[in-house]
Amino acid sequence: MSAQETEHASGQAPASTGRRTFLKGSAAIAAAPAVLTSRKSGAQTAGFPASPPVQPWAEELPAQITPIQPVASLDPAPTVSANLAAGECGRGDHQRFAELASNPVHYVLRARENPAWVFNPAYPPQPVWGWSGTPATSTDSGPTKGKGGGGKGGPKKNPPPVASDVTAPGPTFFARYGQPVVVRIINELPQNHVGFGSPEISTHLHNAHTPSESDGFPGDYFSASKAGPTLTMPGAWRDHFWPNVYAGLDEFGGIGDPREALGTCWYHDHTMDFTAPNVLKGLVGFYLLFDDLDSGDERDPNPAALRLPSHPYDYPLVFGDKRFDADGMLFYDQFDPDGVLGDQVCVNGKIQPVLRVARRKYRLRLLNGGPSRFYALSLVDPNFVLRPFTYIANDGNLLPAPVANMTTIDFGPAERADIVVDFSAYPIGTELYFVNRRIQTETRRYDGLTGTGTRVLKIVVDRNPPEADLSRVPATLRAMRPVSAEEIAAAPVRRWDFDRSNGQWTVNGKLFDLFRASASVRRGSAEVWEFVNNDDGWVHPVHMHFEESRLLSKRVQGVDLPVPLHERGRKDVYHLPRGPNTVLRVFVRFRDFTGKYVMHCHNLIHEDHAMMVRFDITS
Amino acid sequence: MKTHDMDATRQDRRAVLAGFGAAALGLLAWQGAILKPGPAQAKAPGRVPGRIPNPTVITHEGKALRFHDDLVRDKVVAISMTYAQCTASCPATMGNLLRVQKLLGERMGRDVFIYSITLFPEVDSPQVLKAYAEKFDVGPGWLFLTGAPDDIESLRRGLGFRDPDPVVDANRTQHANMIRIGNGARDRWTMAPGLVRPEQILSTINHIDHSVVHTAYAPSAPETPRQGRGGIPT
Repeated sequence: MSAQETEHASGQAPASTGRRTFLKGSAAIAAAPAVLTSRKSGAQTAGFPASPPVQPWAEELPAQITPIQPVASLDPAPTVSANLAAGECGRGDHQRFAELASNPVHYVLRARENPAWVFNPAYPPQPVWGWSGTPATSTDSGPTKGKGGGGKGGPKKNPPPVASDVTAPGPTFFARYGQPVVVRIINELPQNHVGFGSPEISTHLHNAHTPSESDGFPGDYFSASKAGPTLTMPGAWRDHFWPNVYAGLDEFGGIGDPREALGTCWYHDHTMDFTAPNVLKGLVGFYLLFDDLDSGDERDPNPAALRLPSHPYDYPLVFGDKRFDADGMLFYDQFDPDGVLGDQVCVNGKIQPVLRVARRKYRLRLLNGGPSRFYALSLVDPNFVLRPFTYIANDGNLLPAPVANMTTIDFGPAERADIVVDFSAYPIGTELYFVNRRIQTETRRYDGLTGTGTRVLKIVVDRNPPEADLSRVPATLRAMRPVSAEEIAAAPVRRWDFDRSNGQWTVNGKLFDLFRASASVRRGSAEVWEFVNNDDGWVHPVHMHFEESRLLSKRVQGVDLPVPLHERGRKDVYHLPRGPNTVLRVFVRFRDFTGKYVMHCHNLIHEDHAMMVRFDITS
Repeated sequence: MKTHDMDATRQDRRAVLAGFGAAALGLLAWQGAILKPGPAQAKAPGRVPGRIPNPTVITHEGKALRFHDDLVRDKVVAISMTYAQCTASCPATMGNLLRVQKLLGERMGRDVFIYSITLFPEVDSPQVLKAYAEKFDVGPGWLFLTGAPDDIESLRRGLGFRDPDPVVDANRTQHANMIRIGNGARDRWTMAPGLVRPEQILSTINHIDHSVVHTAYAPSAPETPRQGRGGIPT
């Protein structure tokens, strides 16, 4: 049975294998004829049939990642205004381009379908949507030439799929502060696609200090045959300007305030109404940012450099929850108002893979890529004994000081955690596992912890490093800009209530209005935002675009809790626990660029159901 | 907060039940007409995750159609759930959909169809729905649908107008105020909240309609004349 059949077939008469299985699985639902009782029983059937069994530890992740390579130049060269004539979609003008884009590094990133991705050898090869960092393919002479775009010639013919270079997650960027990037993102997704997912993209670089028009605003989705409501024209491609500056340009000059550096960022689709299925289909990738302090070189002669474990011992891992039908094909129910909670955990797109490591320190960058699962990840030995690690960065931001001897990473969708694990403590042949101990049966909330959890990644210590490990974890990492009591007292307070009304996920009782800002803030100003949950039925991972912020206080169900050490850095996703009377207060500045941005629940099904607000930064 | 909602719920329910009195005569006749399920509907249809149910529905014009085969399969559709006696959020959502209908212009009934399915099929006979439709001055391509209660229930659940909280879900007067928007040919589905501005609902419809290039509402844009996707069987 093909993927298309599995995904489509709404109401198709002949019952397929997948359909039969689902029917069998939902027999309990079907058997309740009376209206009232069927309503009751229907309400309790939040679950879907379990994914079929997989073959654990059958596939290996690459021993090291291969970063995307820049291209010498882009043809045509990037322009401040959209190059409509060459087929670029009708985006807004790049802000501060002349000032900040001198001598940029160029990349080409193509969103494409890989027709034969293998999540696990027990499941058939199947289509995913991913990214290719290959600037051009033999079937496609150049990124832009003759693309027509503009709706003139109608949708262009989709190039034949090239499986080998399309990965989900996509290629990892190694970017550096002070080296601006222009990435030409080309949409080559199949425009005639049938089933869940929509073949338009609006790519958000989470959570870089990016001008609005390059931030992946939800209404900025594009393809050769489609212009999102906040674009003026369709187009096959668009240039994203990622200036790689620290926040604080206006205040500090140069490239901003180095205390505001981010490290572990990720790019992902943010198309309005379709982020959950598009991310589920694979449109994610890492974007790592380095500077003189966190230089990505553990042998850096610069005395100021931290010399944290560096490539190839710096390894990003994205965790994503997915569910598969009886045929082993990726499943998503487009009609379930609560989405689909995955029961398989993909690590870099593979279910229960193996990572082989050398006996030395590694920097592991963990990302919860969603769509909906919360994790409590621990590193354990085969007897389920917890093994400690050092926590160095939350949401990609290095903490002022490392937190040693942590044993659990407790994170919600879109949160990140960088940790350092010293594998020299283990003899060759040692097998370790990352386990998820978080219990969750619904997308909207989670429960407690299990004892042993589910193994999601196996790590095998299989060799000595070829040379001595000179990396270290210094006692201080990146200083933070102090926030004074006066600044906090002077900041206007905005309250955002994450609630539910009329069967919809709301913020302050309202639903996402694409065309109107719910908050308008002045460039250069600072505010205190309060995220509030007054119900015990749900949790929300709250994400603010554009700026990192600081958690000032944490009240959970009326109890003021101390902010844990690892949450005392800068963050951009706040996991808002169950209420009532749960309030997180954060301090945030709005700097350097203007335009429209969003703040939203990063549980992707809630985001797609309009639990989002637009905020504008004005000059 | 929850307690308050439940109080409101009970009040609404009483109001609704009181309202039913007037229509009681018609109700008896309607139930007699409809509650004889044909062979295909002998059993309550089960929900198949990810798929559109295909029960027989009756339009406000009295036509019997299959929901998926006749109304969805090759069409771009916007689906709401309502009921004739609704005084809560339905009037506002209906008003919004009327504005969407106006924005759609000639595309209504040719490329895009709006269906309003009753939440109370026991009460909302085709005649009741016809009167309701006439109150709103709906144009071609907008159908009000009723049917056997089990079939309507399968549609309600299959289209995702439901809540995992059984108390909320059991209360039909507190239904999800959502518009289910889909493209039958592409099997691509999303939703828009019932009370966002009509231009945003339209842009979501335009997003999902693969023949539309510009998703934003642009009053000055000339409309491209083209073949419709075929009407509703008569």
